[in-house]
Amino acid sequence: MKADEVLDTSGMVCPMPVLKTRKAAESLEPGKVLKVIATDRGAKSDIPAWAKNSGFELLGVEEEGGKYVFYIRKPGGKE
Amino acid sequence: MSEKQKKLCIIVSKGTLDSAYPPLILASTAASMGWEAHLFFTFYGLDIVNKKKYRSLKVAPIANPAMPMPVPNIIGMLPGMTAMATAMMKKMMADKKVPSIPELIEVCREVGVKFYGCQMTIDVMGIKEEDLMVDACIGAAGFLEIAGDADVTLFI
Repeated sequence: MKADEVLDTSGMVCPMPVLKTRKAAESLEPGKVLKVIATDRGAKSDIPAWAKNSGFELLGVEEEGGKYVFYIRKPGGKE
Repeated sequence: MSEKQKKLCIIVSKGTLDSAYPPLILASTAASMGWEAHLFFTFYGLDIVNKKKYRSLKVAPIANPAMPMPVPNIIGMLPGMTAMATAMMKKMMADKKVPSIPELIEVCREVGVKFYGCQMTIDVMGIKEEDLMVDACIGAAGFLEIAGDADVTLFI
């Protein structure tokens, strides 16, 4: 999956992955996709919950080698 | 965004290091999800927002059977045991990269969490208002006014 920006929160634990995601999402342009990488096991439920509450679309979740990868799209934009 | 902004209100009544984490984590997370978040610090909870105390909150080894290394009460009461338990807890948290209390307070302020001091506690305990990092000092009615239409209310 393609992403416009990447945020790596590897090594961080609750609540930092969510807080960093919010910060990165803030500066993201509408319609763009943010890829969030996390190793915190809580992030598995936290990032989708954050996306749902913040109006972001969760495009996909991947798990690879102990890492979780989330793709979220900011609402708005042309497409 | 949903129609109505959600709201979290927590009464923070304890001033130990371990009790300081849940309200600060929940409030900063809620605010980062676009919720309104309000923390009402009362009794010992005020230490968490006291400029002279928030960097040195402690863990009590006495009557705390849940310590990672259980300490018999008779040992826990010895001088220096509270400092030791606190140092152990802080090291454990830092090793796991859990943010410190001062860091969490800074994050809370950054994302717009509102802090309130309990006016009665401040008066009874003779706390100086200028020592507190709060937006306002309010009473019970003031808190209820804020919490009346909250979606989540907790007492910690």
